[in-house]
Amino acid sequence: MTVEAPAASGVARLPLRLTLNGQLVEIEIATNELLLDVVRDRLALTGTKRSCDVQVCGACTMLLDGRPVSSCCTLALEADGRAIETIEGMAGPDGLHPIQQAFIDNVAVQCGFCTPGFVLTTKALLADNPRPMRAEIEHALTGNLCRCTGYWNILSAVEDAAGRMAEDDGEGRGARDDG
Amino acid sequence: MLAPFEYHRPESLAEAAALLRALGPEAAVYAGGTELLPLMKDGLIEASALIDIKAIPGLGGIARGRDSALRIGPLTTHRAIERSPLVREHLPELAALEANVANVRVRAAGTIGGNLCFAEPHSDPATLLVALDARFTLVSVEGVREIAAEDFFTGLLETARRPDELLADIQIPAPAPGSGVAYERFKTHERPSASVAAVIRLDDGAVADCRVVVGSVGVRPLRMGRAESLLNGARPSDDAIAEAAEAIRAEVAPTEDAFESTDYKRQLAATLGRRAIAAALARAGGESDHDR
Ligand SMILES: Cc1cc2nc3c(=O)[nH]c(=O)nc-3n(C[C@H](O)[C@H](O)[C@H](O)COP(=O)(O)OP(=O)(O)OC[C@H]3O[C@@H](n4cnc5c(N)ncnc54)[C@H](O)[C@@H]3O)c2cc1C
Repeated sequence: MTVEAPAASGVARLPLRLTLNGQLVEIEIATNELLLDVVRDRLALTGTKRSCDVQVCGACTMLLDGRPVSSCCTLALEADGRAIETIEGMAGPDGLHPIQQAFIDNVAVQCGFCTPGFVLTTKALLADNPRPMRAEIEHALTGNLCRCTGYWNILSAVEDAAGRMAEDDGEGRGARDDG
Repeated sequence: MLAPFEYHRPESLAEAAALLRALGPEAAVYAGGTELLPLMKDGLIEASALIDIKAIPGLGGIARGRDSALRIGPLTTHRAIERSPLVREHLPELAALEANVANVRVRAAGTIGGNLCFAEPHSDPATLLVALDARFTLVSVEGVREIAAEDFFTGLLETARRPDELLADIQIPAPAPGSGVAYERFKTHERPSASVAAVIRLDDGAVADCRVVVGSVGVRPLRMGRAESLLNGARPSDDAIAEAAEAIRAEVAPTEDAFESTDYKRQLAATLGRRAIAAALARAGGESDHDR
């Protein structure tokens, strides 16, 4: 294959159109802006936390088209044309999401700094696998660190949340999306 | 904070190759960004431009390739490989390996091509792909060339890829009939401390062919020539396996680092080697939980 070199025409700024917690947002960004900074500092949603800054701790987890990503190491431009969900999008008009309520009821929260990441990762897990076994929950959450709780109550909260959501949906929705 | 850079999003391989040539080594190929962005944030990599290859059609996905090989596009994420029915059926050891790479977030964003091109010494797939004799296709404005995985990894974060080349395809040959594949790793933190991949073919009850590769303990995945020659022709036995494991202990080239001493790495490599060789022999002998 032989090809001619094109005129290099990259951009340094670009318009971003994303769906943030169900709302369409349009904003101009620089290519070097991180998703975490745009959401926290420019869109004023500070529920997502910066902690390790190297994709290990999970505090900055957001859902990008439903999948958890580390927003501290994701370019904001990746969100163009896609859906971002943060902890602020979890509660509905009728109150807290069952995952949030399960975390509270199981005392799975102490200082709360890691909680948004755990809750969002749990949401993605249960969307894939509505009734995970304890070992599957542990595997899905190994990338979220909590320095307060010792994890036990968090695992119980996820199991509890799965039970509540299955009840809400009727037990029929047990099938696993393997896609 | 990231230093400013130009952003390019080519829509064909030819366009990407031309950009790479035109922009020179200051530009970086950008896939999932899971290795690139942390280093750019720390100022350890300065890229004047990022060439985002995610809009190029055909660089992702998993298919049966020529000679019943598995063909994995470099843009395929760890998560997609982990969950691929094709990989689970034809190379379950790779699916299992991928399920334990990093964490859910890195698996969702990080690609196999980025993992291989970055050549971080603790790469899981690199070790298994060298053992499986995978082939990589590299594309540049000058043309296309193919290179064996074994020759691709040349040193610490170093590969045989020229800066103007893109990894465009990964072909994994189907293990020959009668072969067993095994991958064993040990980790206590994010990436593995040591790993061993073994691919062993039995013929008439004796080892006809084998590849044993140690990863993570040195700068790159390394074939264990002495262990392989001890195994070749041998009939599976605890003694033969133990002898090969001792050969691995002597032959690995561990590097000293902040996490493990070289003696400890030798111990891990020997232990994982024993396990991987035993598992590959058992699977080659037909004790497998899946058909090849
Ligand atoms: C917290 C953490 C834990 C990890 N744990 C593990 C682990 O347990 N096991 C393991 O194996 N790995 C592990 N990794 C590594 C992980 O697999 C890689 O970060 C990921 O696969 C890189 O892919 P990417 O698409 O994000 O690459 P990028 O960051 O986009 O790119 C990485 C490098 O490859 C180049 N590149 C990318 N694609 C191409 C291409 N097609 N052609 C030419 N050059 C290209 C880029 O220019 C860059 O130099 C871990 C990483 C992190 C951050």
